[in-house]
Amino acid sequence: MRFLFKTSYAQDLRLAKHGGQVFWYGLLCLLLVAAPVFTPEYWLAQLTFVLIYAIVGLGLMLLAGYTGLFSLGHAAFLGVGAYTQAVLTGMGWPFFLSLGCAAGISAAVGIVVGLPAMRVKGIYLGMATLAFGFIVEEGFARWESVTGGNSGMPVGTPEVLGYALDTATSFYLLCLAITAACTLVILNLLRSPTGRAFVAIRDSEISAQSMGIHLAYYKTLSFALSAAFAGIGGALYAHKLQFISPDQFSILQSIDLLLMIVIGGLGSVHGAFLGALFLISMPQLISLGKDWLPDSVGQSPGLQGLVYGVVLIAFVLFEPMGLYGRWLKVRTWLQMFPFYRQGMFKRQKTFQKSDRLR
Amino acid sequence: MSRPANSDVLLAARNLSVRFGGVLAVNDVSFDVRRGEVFTLIGPNGAGKTTVFNLISRIYTPTTGTIAWSGPDRHVDLTQQAPHQVAGLGIARTFQNIELFEHASVLHNLLIGRHIRRETGLWADMLFTSRVRAAEVRARTKAEEIIEFLDLQHYRDTLVAGLPYGVRKVVELARALCTEPRLLLLDEPSSGLNVEETEDMAFWIQDIQQDLGISVLMVEHDMSLVSKVSDRVMAMNQGEVVALGTPQEVQAHPGVIEAYLGSIDEVASLRRPAGSAPARSAT
Repeated sequence: MRFLFKTSYAQDLRLAKHGGQVFWYGLLCLLLVAAPVFTPEYWLAQLTFVLIYAIVGLGLMLLAGYTGLFSLGHAAFLGVGAYTQAVLTGMGWPFFLSLGCAAGISAAVGIVVGLPAMRVKGIYLGMATLAFGFIVEEGFARWESVTGGNSGMPVGTPEVLGYALDTATSFYLLCLAITAACTLVILNLLRSPTGRAFVAIRDSEISAQSMGIHLAYYKTLSFALSAAFAGIGGALYAHKLQFISPDQFSILQSIDLLLMIVIGGLGSVHGAFLGALFLISMPQLISLGKDWLPDSVGQSPGLQGLVYGVVLIAFVLFEPMGLYGRWLKVRTWLQMFPFYRQGMFKRQKTFQKSDRLR
Repeated sequence: MSRPANSDVLLAARNLSVRFGGVLAVNDVSFDVRRGEVFTLIGPNGAGKTTVFNLISRIYTPTTGTIAWSGPDRHVDLTQQAPHQVAGLGIARTFQNIELFEHASVLHNLLIGRHIRRETGLWADMLFTSRVRAAEVRARTKAEEIIEFLDLQHYRDTLVAGLPYGVRKVVELARALCTEPRLLLLDEPSSGLNVEETEDMAFWIQDIQQDLGISVLMVEHDMSLVSKVSDRVMAMNQGEVVALGTPQEVQAHPGVIEAYLGSIDEVASLRRPAGSAPARSAT
């Protein structure tokens, strides 16, 4: 068990709370940077996808996990980012400028979607964003002069400061750098007043408001930031796939994204990464498992959906805090061995909330 | 009783009425809260006390009437302000059924109370510049002062979801104090507290009034707490003001007794004639 001796308030503001964290996260960074050396190309590509999904997951985590607003149309923001990047780099714009535009345009679209979020809550917000997702997908398919319609459009290799990132390794390192920057931004937001305002809105709108938090502003801001992250993720996604078409940004993609953060663990930055890892490794695991199953089950087309559904239900029932919650329990068990108690993480009874104000 | 000069009045409610459909929840209520006083609203359930609170904190909009607020630099009509602007004017509140941020630590809750004093914008926050860092340390210092004031050191890093009820009440008070208010609205500060905790609450309310110089407007049912801390009391019944004055005056007011206990005639009709013992004690 580690006991921290705190001697200044600045100590609580540090990202790494103690030497152990510095060591482990440092080791993780080293491993990730060195990954191209010892990882086969196929797995490096999968790792790149994990990073890209983690960026999108960070954004969605900010929205759903920290502000408490659920979006069922997040693939639309991903798509806006991807198409913006494809079109702009196609016109010869430099990589980072078009990446900024992809984030900016996604954020602008996010503001437009965020406006109804001030009026509707919970399941109704989900429906509104779902409908928005369909509209955008349809837009990609119909706006043929720009998007190429259903036949899709090719995306070139990114060129950063004169270097063409045409190898898997170089693109992986680019994604790694952008992921690190995005993670840092999210962590910074969460330890500053802006992030606290989001958390306040998630936990109690009525008292957030009486603490002086402008609900409409912060909800819209959360949507805009979340969409910007999805836009950045989408831009990288487009470069990675080198070809985009509207069906990649369908409702299924949105559900995958939501699944990712719920399974990863709502309300934790780690959850976005663990969820992305889950989302990318699951198809691999399923295809490995296919060989063990009888053909009638293993070769049926709905297997992946079935497994995802079962896993999601299992998580909601048995581990609502997701993979990260499970990890916390394991870690506490290890730290406190042999004193861990069964009920340590049990949700305490929440006291009745006021319904006079509704 | 000498009429105070107008500059002594911090908050002046005039002719407030609220109608919810067919229900007149508050009917033509006027009162003043003076600088530095503890002003208490009492009355039976459904008298409209909490509604008056929600009018001041702008959760409801009055059907008619005005609430004049005398800030240090400007005078405003509260009914014209947006709900999130009220805290910025120097009015903080607590809730009857506790509305804390459940999945955050006590310290985090208090820091959210510092929101209106935030010094940095979105972009600085994203980069966590040295200015943000310094502002965070200042906010933390202020939050720690409040923690010290209300003896919450022990709970600083505990999640609110795991705290006992009495402590949550104190945390909510602490969060309101973190906004550095000029007027504190306390909605039933002693509800759900045991005798000891209620006494602590009474001391804190007195400290808040005397040491911090904050005016307090509270709704309360516990008459021992009311008479201990209040300077003036206003009794309400069915949306109307019944009596206004010192705690003793109000408690002795026939209208107040009637509101709580019913009129003498009603009580008299319940009295049994002498000699006829209740049936169940016969066997």
